[in-house]
Amino acid sequence: MKTFYGVELDSALMLGTALYPSPAIMAQAFDASKASVATVSLRRENSGGQAFREWLQTLNVRLLPNTAGCYSVKEAVTTAHMARELFDTTWIKLEVIGQSDTLQPDPFGLVDAARILCDEGFDVFPYTTEDLVLAERLVEVGCRVLMPWGAPIGSGLGLNNPYGLRSLRHYFPDIPLVVDAGIGLPSHAAQAMELGYDAILLNTAVAKAGDPVAMAKAFALAVEAGQTAYQASPMEPRDMASPSTPVIGKAWL
Amino acid sequence: MKIFYNGELMEVTAESLDALLRELNLEGQAVATAVNGDFVPRSLRAEKLLIENDHVEVVAPMQGG
Repeated sequence: MKTFYGVELDSALMLGTALYPSPAIMAQAFDASKASVATVSLRRENSGGQAFREWLQTLNVRLLPNTAGCYSVKEAVTTAHMARELFDTTWIKLEVIGQSDTLQPDPFGLVDAARILCDEGFDVFPYTTEDLVLAERLVEVGCRVLMPWGAPIGSGLGLNNPYGLRSLRHYFPDIPLVVDAGIGLPSHAAQAMELGYDAILLNTAVAKAGDPVAMAKAFALAVEAGQTAYQASPMEPRDMASPSTPVIGKAWL
Repeated sequence: MKIFYNGELMEVTAESLDALLRELNLEGQAVATAVNGDFVPRSLRAEKLLIENDHVEVVAPMQGG
């Protein structure tokens, strides 16, 4: 498995901490998911923040703070600075949002913010589209992980552009790639892993399932299945049938 | 003086950022701070003086995706 800024992760699942029915269910879902990374955010202080932080410290996972909801380079960079101090990590999931209906990244702001943060020593995990040229720019400014979306955040639509994601995989064989956003079902996660992706980042598909703990387990199995399948070199598909049972030796009847 | 604390106009007596956190009973809490959109590291809060109508943001860890 590739390393994420020098860190080898035990599992290819990264799980968000938002939208769960209760903190207890979130804790059980994390156990069931075997996630190696938890995404977190920063919001205006209220009494809930401290309790959440204490709970995070009991989780045996790496924290990946995000800049969710930032629409400008300055907001994203300031949020990253605050996250680095508060969570004591150089990891940052960089989101610079360009459009409020689709929550798709602003590619221009994303590259600008990534350049600033990489220069300042952050380990940037950019939430991006599957655009190859944008991905190249992000690598040029110092990103060593790319996180293309599968579909809009929270939509559960799966991999909208498998061709684009496959191209990205072939084009960047050595950069860890994570499908971040849009995953709705374990089969979507398995599909991304079968394409050779290194990890999956999801939140809503588990948190908003009727039984988040069972769904977390289903995702853990799917990610492992997809990863193992990729490593096993899948067969090439073909248009015409090819008998699997030997033709020679069939009885003449 | 009046400042904007997390978006709300508020009358405070504190004259520096660390004094403001004490006034709000947030001393020692896991929070990060920004004034007028610029990050103020923990180590610089004492020397960060506040002026009328400053926008002070104090954030804490929260759930996120």
